[in-house]
Amino acid sequence: MPQSSSKFSEDKLLWNEALPGGCHWSGVLRRGNTLRLTDLQGLANVSALFFNQEEKTERYNMPDTLKAQHTAFLTAGHACYSDMGRVLCSIPEDSCGWHDTFCGVLDSASMEKKYGLLNYQTARNNMHRSGQEGLLTELTKWGLSRRDMGPSVNFFSKVTSDVEGKINFDTSHRASGQYVDVRFEMNVLVLLSAAPHPLDPRPDYAPGAVRLSAWRSGTAGADDACRLSCAENERGFINSERWFL
Amino acid sequence: MSLNFKPRTQSSDLDPALASFDVVVPAGSPWIHTLRKGQTFRITDLEGNQAVDTLFFNAADIKEHYSLTHTITAQGALYLGLDTTLLSSEGKAMLRIVADTCGRHDTLGGACSCESNTVRYALDKRSMHSCRDSFMQAIGNSDYGLHKRDIASNINFFMNVPVTPDGGLTFEDGISAPGKYVEMQAEMDVIVLISNCPQLNNPCNGYNPTPVRCTVWDAA
Ligand SMILES: [Zn+2]
Repeated sequence: MPQSSSKFSEDKLLWNEALPGGCHWSGVLRRGNTLRLTDLQGLANVSALFFNQEEKTERYNMPDTLKAQHTAFLTAGHACYSDMGRVLCSIPEDSCGWHDTFCGVLDSASMEKKYGLLNYQTARNNMHRSGQEGLLTELTKWGLSRRDMGPSVNFFSKVTSDVEGKINFDTSHRASGQYVDVRFEMNVLVLLSAAPHPLDPRPDYAPGAVRLSAWRSGTAGADDACRLSCAENERGFINSERWFL
Repeated sequence: MSLNFKPRTQSSDLDPALASFDVVVPAGSPWIHTLRKGQTFRITDLEGNQAVDTLFFNAADIKEHYSLTHTITAQGALYLGLDTTLLSSEGKAMLRIVADTCGRHDTLGGACSCESNTVRYALDKRSMHSCRDSFMQAIGNSDYGLHKRDIASNINFFMNVPVTPDGGLTFEDGISAPGKYVEMQAEMDVIVLISNCPQLNNPCNGYNPTPVRCTVWDAA
């Protein structure tokens, strides 16, 4: 275990890539690397799924993540758990403050109902893309399928609940230049879609672009805020470290 | 126990004596069964405060499963209750809750597992019973073609997991009581997979797992 992990700086950058609004991406982020997601226009929603790259039946588990940390949303100091009790990744820094965990991705039928049909034949690369199609396309590249689609993390989207359980999409936290750092504690297959959030109140299909920037950060150190934020996380990090013994 | 919501309840006049299927699922046991479209399915919390971890699959296509995210976003609310339509990962109606004497059910809390018990309670709690071990046992011993990867989001009938407006999440004492039930009508042929939760570490079962009764009526 390192003393601490290193923060983002330009000289540490491994690669940098733009993900246009509506588009999808997948790749492997190895243990000890961090991926910074930056909301370029203040419009972004990034739906993410995480799998253990070495044993893909192990994947991000939303209820275990919420229960371990007594939270319904994610921000700095939180970790994302797999269904096997291990921390897949954690969030050492976040300038946004709230990422939705329970709304999932926009599906194609709802997208057409909400925004009308705009396909490749009509609009070329300005076509409407759903989060469901985007993630399914990426899942299929890695031998996975729609049966592997579980609840995603929706970065940059804030959804709150009142005491009755009624949910509300909160647009007030949006800002261009906001970023969230996702540090990988295991070798993780990451799938992303930058399609709009299913509850995005804007009447037009207007997904925001994000920048992906990765650097070699090291894993959570002994003094790390995510590790120390609750006793559950201390045990979750130990479970991840045992996988690599 | 304090309730900060008004439960909406409705009872049913279906008679268990006329049911086509009726079984008691003991505390800590799994149960797997196929429901036909139009059948009505009741789960009765026999002794109260039991958590019934339940998954549904399209019987004609097991790749399609119950989806908490579709269900929550479609109804615009986190908790399940009377008139909730349970939606699939393809956005289709699987079942609809037609009677409910409890008032509210959880779908965020997921199912306990021996692995998550190591995180939530202590590293050496791994050997305890858990719902996901029960699911593994049920799918391993049956021929439905189900796999670990299919164990996605579930419902916890009779369980209370309130989310606060500032995003906190807690496990509270159950809001159920002996004899309370939830009843749903199948909108397609579905496989029901239940783990009658054996969890002893938190109040979801009132620290005392108890049996439930599963009753099925054919369409009138
Ligand atoms: Zn359980």
